[in-house]
Amino acid sequence: MTSSHKRFTPIQRALHWIMAICILSMLFIGVGMVSTVRPDYLTLVSIHKPLGMLILVLALIRLIVRLVRGAPPLPSDMPEPMKLAAYLSHVAFYALMFALPLLGWGMLSAADYPVVVAGIRLPSFLPHSNELHTLLWNAHRFLALCFFALIVLHIAAALFHALVRRDGVFQAMASWRKG
Amino acid sequence: MTDRPSSNVSVTRSLALIALVVAVVVLAFAYTAGWLSPDRLTPAKIVNGLAPPGGPALGFRRNHAKGVCFTGTFESNGGAAALSKAQMFAPGSYPVTGRFNLATPDAKATDATVRVRGLSLRVVTQDGNEWRSAMIDAPFFPVATPQGFYALLQASGRKDDPDAMKNFIAAHPEFARFGAWATSAPWTASYAQERYNSLNSFIFTNAEGQDQVVRWSFVPEAKPEPVSPDDLKQRSPDFLASDITQRVSSAPQRWTMIVTLANPGDPTADPSKAWPDDRRKVEAGTLVVNAIEPEANGPCRDLNFDPTVLPSGIRVSDDPFPAARSAAYSVSFNRRTAEDKDYPHTPTEGVKP
Repeated sequence: MTSSHKRFTPIQRALHWIMAICILSMLFIGVGMVSTVRPDYLTLVSIHKPLGMLILVLALIRLIVRLVRGAPPLPSDMPEPMKLAAYLSHVAFYALMFALPLLGWGMLSAADYPVVVAGIRLPSFLPHSNELHTLLWNAHRFLALCFFALIVLHIAAALFHALVRRDGVFQAMASWRKG
Repeated sequence: MTDRPSSNVSVTRSLALIALVVAVVVLAFAYTAGWLSPDRLTPAKIVNGLAPPGGPALGFRRNHAKGVCFTGTFESNGGAAALSKAQMFAPGSYPVTGRFNLATPDAKATDATVRVRGLSLRVVTQDGNEWRSAMIDAPFFPVATPQGFYALLQASGRKDDPDAMKNFIAAHPEFARFGAWATSAPWTASYAQERYNSLNSFIFTNAEGQDQVVRWSFVPEAKPEPVSPDDLKQRSPDFLASDITQRVSSAPQRWTMIVTLANPGDPTADPSKAWPDDRRKVEAGTLVVNAIEPEANGPCRDLNFDPTVLPSGIRVSDDPFPAARSAAYSVSFNRRTAEDKDYPHTPTEGVKP
């Protein structure tokens, strides 16, 4: 087996780290903007929307690449519950990367706001409805906090692999060595 | 890579490092969210501050809670097309959804008790742009900053402390101007006789890319007829809605949109300061109100008249209020739409013609 089999492909690693920056920024911008009345509010909102759309597009590309290229196998000595946790966390990451931008777009549609992203008017894909808006807005907020919690767990687990288990799982995504 | 078993000491150190990284990330997030800064002025604080002692009117706007919907058109005469490239200023007719309202958090307020009246608009153009605006009939805002507005809410809420308002006015001298207007300006008996002002400044950008700071007003075609506040108190609690319904059912009501251009050095960031009267004014067109509908189930009820929903060709200026209003309106909107079941979904009496 080649070394690429132990690690994610370069495009997968690039996508991971670009999206890591985008998503973490997105979550900080989200909680920051809803807690201020300063003019930064509008600036943050104007970043939040296009960045969300960018994440949605990147998530789609990433999912396709993942389906085509797969992922390196986890170390055989990893306990089964840990393997299951790793697998489920990846499923959750993909679900959230798609769900949050769509929920945000949907809640703006359901509130009858014009959805203008980086100067472009996007279609409203849901009807104007208070119930729908409330449902989507609550889901957007709740899942965003879940996403942050998941990222914190992910960082802790990655560092645990890197520093304690030293099993190559961290290097599968983190190393920039060629190959 | 698995051939370097870690010692117990290095495992402990590693776990401590991991805990530290997690703590830093979580604390940074909590700080950004304002959870560690109880003094930060959040939109939720402003919205909470608007609530009357008995709590907010559930399902209603947290301020300007009482109102009626209307539909009509904005008939642009092209006069402002040289100032802004927004399609609504090109000659033509554009559909409008709007709302006449009272500046009170009390959805059941008696009309005669509310000093400030408002007009909200949504103008939609064929190019997919939208303009939303919420104006009031005061000629300037009571305070210079959003922080001042919150201080006003807090001071006026402290009925048990006679010094609260005094201290507020001492710290916000601009409020005296508003106080003088509120006590001396004549009242009218009709939404149709009010002039509604943006108060906030915005920047118009024309097709050549030139910027101009402006404010705007909607000046009524109907001649204002002063009525004493005591006389108004004799009328029905909902006389304003009845009046506008009656007027519009007999003839469309009109307002001229006047755009006022700032001179260099004018206070563009302070809506408590009116600009001098001699500033250049441009007539942009006419708002024609064709039909009144009760708010319950009317087309304006579930709209957020967020003043930062602007077409290309209009943007916010250095005035800090539109951002603060947008943030607070959003909280108000999120709360009231979640309370949909509490809103009385049948037209109340008094708003019928």
